[in-house]
Amino acid sequence: MSVAEDKAERVEGWNRPPVIEPEGEGELLEVAMGPHHPSTHGVFRMDVALDGERVVRLKPVFGYLHRNHEKIAEGASYLASMPYTDRLDYFCSLTNNWAYALAVEKLVGQAVPERAEYIRVILAELTRVQNHASSIGFLIQEMGASGTPLMYAFKEREKILDLFESLTGSRMMCNYMRFGGCRVDVSGPWLDATRKVVAGLPAFVDEFEALLSTNEILMARCQGMGILPPELAVNAGVSGPMLRAAGVNYDIRKVDRYGIYDRFQFRVPLGDHGDIYDRYMVRILEMRESIKILEQALPTIPTGPIMDAKAKIRGFRPKPGEAYGRIEAPKGELGFYLISDGGPNPYRYRVRPPSLINLTILEDMCLGHNVADVVLIFGSVDIVLGEVDR
Amino acid sequence: MKTVEEIKAAIEAAVPGAGVEFVPNPSPSAQHSLRLAPESAVAVAKFLRDDDELAFDFLSNLTGVDWPDKEIAEKVKVTRQVTKTVDGPEGKVDQTVDETVEETHKRVEPGYLEAVYHLYSVEKKHGPLVIRMRTANRTDQAQLPSLTPVWRAAEFQEREIFDLYGIVFTGHPDLRRILMWDEFKDHPMRKDYVEPDDFEYEPTPHDEVLNRAQEHKSEGLGTGD
Amino acid sequence: MAVDQNLKIELGKQGIFVTTIEELYNWGRRSSVWPMQFGLACCAIEMIATTMARYDLARFGAEVFRPSPRQADLMIVSGTVTKKMAPQVVRLYNQMAEPRYVIAMGACAISGGPFKQGYNVLKGIDRYIPVDVHIPGCPPRPEALIQAFMTLQKKIDGQPLTGEGRPRHLDAEAQGEFAVPEQGEHDLEPTSNKGVWPVPITIR
Repeated sequence: MSVAEDKAERVEGWNRPPVIEPEGEGELLEVAMGPHHPSTHGVFRMDVALDGERVVRLKPVFGYLHRNHEKIAEGASYLASMPYTDRLDYFCSLTNNWAYALAVEKLVGQAVPERAEYIRVILAELTRVQNHASSIGFLIQEMGASGTPLMYAFKEREKILDLFESLTGSRMMCNYMRFGGCRVDVSGPWLDATRKVVAGLPAFVDEFEALLSTNEILMARCQGMGILPPELAVNAGVSGPMLRAAGVNYDIRKVDRYGIYDRFQFRVPLGDHGDIYDRYMVRILEMRESIKILEQALPTIPTGPIMDAKAKIRGFRPKPGEAYGRIEAPKGELGFYLISDGGPNPYRYRVRPPSLINLTILEDMCLGHNVADVVLIFGSVDIVLGEVDR
Repeated sequence: MKTVEEIKAAIEAAVPGAGVEFVPNPSPSAQHSLRLAPESAVAVAKFLRDDDELAFDFLSNLTGVDWPDKEIAEKVKVTRQVTKTVDGPEGKVDQTVDETVEETHKRVEPGYLEAVYHLYSVEKKHGPLVIRMRTANRTDQAQLPSLTPVWRAAEFQEREIFDLYGIVFTGHPDLRRILMWDEFKDHPMRKDYVEPDDFEYEPTPHDEVLNRAQEHKSEGLGTGD
Repeated sequence: MAVDQNLKIELGKQGIFVTTIEELYNWGRRSSVWPMQFGLACCAIEMIATTMARYDLARFGAEVFRPSPRQADLMIVSGTVTKKMAPQVVRLYNQMAEPRYVIAMGACAISGGPFKQGYNVLKGIDRYIPVDVHIPGCPPRPEALIQAFMTLQKKIDGQPLTGEGRPRHLDAEAQGEFAVPEQGEHDLEPTSNKGVWPVPITIR
């Protein structure tokens, strides 16, 4: 057997979720979990078939937050879509801004000044820290630890949101990046405040980890649960911490080297088993790496303009063509695909949502587990419905 | 990574009669693409995934594009023979004269739906390779082969295209609407989709909104003021 | 029957507490408004932030978010209501026990907000269910949600137990069930509940 044939055979098996035969005689119990469900992250529904407590079929149902972002964007100018990108993954508005700005910059061949690149990196890594902290908080909340870990996470998140607010004017919907730079310059006091917050972050991660990482209940419920094999993860387009927890070394910050990420030293944490605990651990370690990037970026930020002098703001009409730009968002690969027909509006505007595509393998991970663990496995994917349904 | 032209040559060598077409992209991103013939698409996709050098094992993005019927107006100079009555020396005589007229020809370029795939390689860490496929027409039964058996990542994204654009992916294991409800009949992302009349109250209506408000008032639906 | 305020203060100084049934009843109701744990979109995150340590909604007796509509007094419609979700929202509202209140949080819940041109977006939840407090903002800050909460508490405080304006659970003729819209081939059917939301038309 050739290498290619062998690979084809290995991958072929992952194309459908395995079929689980119910044991015994009884009827299957069909449960609709959602769209209003206390443990889901939003309006998401899973149609689950249960054999006793065991999941034998699981079909996710989407669309309860389908807000027609793409259709609206095709009827609006390029810049007018920037505030809408904030509302995709509403935890990480700044990385969404960056992904969209990057795609448009690719479409028109726009350069970005160095200072703006530094600001983007600082904001993106702050976003990553607060996203991972809250996503772990929600995961533990779904495990039954109602409130407490989430409160620790939100305590830190509020500090970071204060920074966002003082810079951009809004806590969550920052609408900050522009094609060819950023909207407002960071000030000295803002950088001082950021340094102060970043200096406090390692202690927060230590505290968070001391409370959780060796917690017996967390280990018992997470280890060996919801295993995702690396071949399946790649074939199903899984990206972000989910993919790296499965042991696949693929971080777009390292692969595409977009922005100025090649100037910073950081490692890519990888998991061994691909279970929930690995995903949790990868997120914790990614927070630490993000803090490392922040510590390198904050002292070296250069002076200079924040908008490229050639950047066109009024009468922005890209030449006909198309571009796909992607970044490593906290949830995974966030990409924007744009087709221009020379007009002021994009002809086609597409968001590649990491949250939706990471859910492709939800059924595979949940089959055979108890229904109580489904909530946990779902929580470990870390999705935001605004991005799943758009 | 190989250039797109080299990949095209590799595909043609591996899958005979693949019918791959190079589509240039004039924008500065220079992400050129390859158009596949739907008949051989699955074989080509398998080759792209399994070839040791290309190894496009990661289907990142998959989306639909609607290209409606385009009316193209062309100005053509037509020379034709015209019979004219000319005053000749022997009275009026019919004479055949060549006359050149500029005529506007309208021709309708039939529309189609397109599926665009962005491939990356996790193993080799290269990409993107853009491949695209066209449907024959824009009816509800426009078909394309499903690439879900090759890349599982296509599963939900193909369902989304089926829902919003109406391309039927043959060979998809579970082709249902994904974002809209099952009873929904339209394909809202198509360019000719007409939205339902959702009357939106505005205190100072103008233009389109005013027209709609007047329509609603004439129908006697509102309470008025 | 209201007690004279000055007399009440005077009696209070002497250690005598005078009140009315109505005041006591409404004080009890407003001090433990339990919201439903029900998030729709972006605003839900601000709603969660409101319950966290910094903003501490518990000060208003509303920290207990109930997962079940049967145990909740207040529905915070926090985010965009899509046409796919609208029937479920109405159904959840129908399942809540009286007295029940609704806060429309954010521009989307009020009118569709930035997404109002969308084909799948409901242009305001007040098309189907009655709303007590609207909070503008996209998303509203946690302080704004607290403000809405206090507004709701004032409303509860001002409700007499008998006569005009009494809470619905004391009014035998109040409408209990609201029609759940059906998902049709092109749109929701009907597109609004005419009894709750008469189409407002103003042409100047």
